Amino acid sequence: MRIGVLALQGAVREHLRSIEKCGAEARAVKWPKELEGLDALILPGGESTTMRRLIDRYGLMEPLRGFAASGKPMFGTCAGLILLAGEVAGASEPHLSVMDVVVERNSFGRQIDSFEADLAIVGLDSPFNAVFIRAPHIVSAGPTAEVLCEHNGKIVMARSGQFLGCSFHPELTEDHRITEYFIGMVREAVKAPLPN
Amino acid sequence: MNQHGTDRVKRGMAEMQKGGVIMDVVNAEQARIAEAAGATAVMALERVPSDIRRDGGVARMADPRITEEVMKAVSIPVMAKARIGHIVEARVLEAMGVDYIDESEVLTPADEEFHLLKANYTVPFVCGCRNLGEAARRIGEGASMLRTKGEPGTGNIVEAVRHLRQVNAEVLKVVHMSEDELMTEARNLGASYEFLREVKNLGRLPVVNFAAGGIATPADAALMMELGADGVFVGSGIFKSQNPEKFARAIVEATTHYQDYRLIAELSKDLGIAMKGIEISTIAAGERMQERGW
Repeated sequence: MRIGVLALQGAVREHLRSIEKCGAEARAVKWPKELEGLDALILPGGESTTMRRLIDRYGLMEPLRGFAASGKPMFGTCAGLILLAGEVAGASEPHLSVMDVVVERNSFGRQIDSFEADLAIVGLDSPFNAVFIRAPHIVSAGPTAEVLCEHNGKIVMARSGQFLGCSFHPELTEDHRITEYFIGMVREAVKAPLPN
Repeated sequence: MNQHGTDRVKRGMAEMQKGGVIMDVVNAEQARIAEAAGATAVMALERVPSDIRRDGGVARMADPRITEEVMKAVSIPVMAKARIGHIVEARVLEAMGVDYIDESEVLTPADEEFHLLKANYTVPFVCGCRNLGEAARRIGEGASMLRTKGEPGTGNIVEAVRHLRQVNAEVLKVVHMSEDELMTEARNLGASYEFLREVKNLGRLPVVNFAAGGIATPADAALMMELGADGVFVGSGIFKSQNPEKFARAIVEATTHYQDYRLIAELSKDLGIAMKGIEISTIAAGERMQERGW
């Protein structure tokens, strides 16, 4: 199993390491051709405006949408969730617009309001210590989405079909259970690919 | 319960900047240009380092009006500079909600003996360093991010290269050192023993280290990435160039694709004139900003 990490900017190294810790092969992706041969893709935390500009500049938008259309799992953390979202509150247009959620950027405030907290996540049998950094949250999740975690009344993690997204940064901790959860999704998808 | 201002939250913010370019801006319009070009953050200040160098006098925290306007203008993080040891400038910037404070030798130090105890703040700090000892002392005081000092406002990369190579060579030395040599190394560097043990165990610095101080071209930015910087700060290099928008975009792209030399050649074409540089030996020792702080 080979999982890519979009490596334009941000917490790339941490995701690559987490994937490898979970026993899968990891690959950094900067160019469209590097998407070939991947079973899944992670969009890391970082600055979504920076990543978007580089996605446009280097012709990655259509290949990324094509990757999504092929049914392969994609996981976005923080900025990555913003890139996946169907709609970004207050923005005139979304980015990849493949995941059935509406997100709001910087919705917990500025850096001084950033925090860590123990979360109860569906499917995990003990709390997950999560780091939120100028984090977005999911304002609403569509009918196909399953809410996996709410924190203080805000949705901070959801799955919609082959897409997984969270507001926080599992890659900044040594707890690899969320990467494992995603790898479980990849395993399902590899067994039962969508008909073309 | 939410815990604010923990090491993980403060250092994590810098981790999210990796592979990015942080640009000095002096007003809202420049901040918008920087954001549109793909900057991962902006540094709001009253004058860029080359103007501070030219004007002389005492350089202080920027007028809060400027910082506030920049914060309103962009959605990316906004950093701002406080003088070394100036507790009140730092507290004012924290109260204003800036996302990161640079305790910076570019401004005239307020205290020539003591740096800020940065661990006491909720807002994270970045500090300059020339070697592993300085890095250790700033992290010991609570800095969550480092950058090379370089020689700010010169458009001359030589000092940033020297400082990054020095830090990386010293990290490598510690990593490969036998355990029983660490205490002596700690004494020699002026670093704590615990810090060196952490570096040895991690195999790297415990915080992100950016390059700063003299980056003027896309190739300069790529050079610093090649040498192992986690990202770059560009001070005077963008808005003192002939075409700031083009320079800003090209530096962002060269930082991401720093080993793609054909691309860097393309990015470097027809950029117009880069900022005028200064040869370091022509700057009197007393006027070198990197000598500020210890």
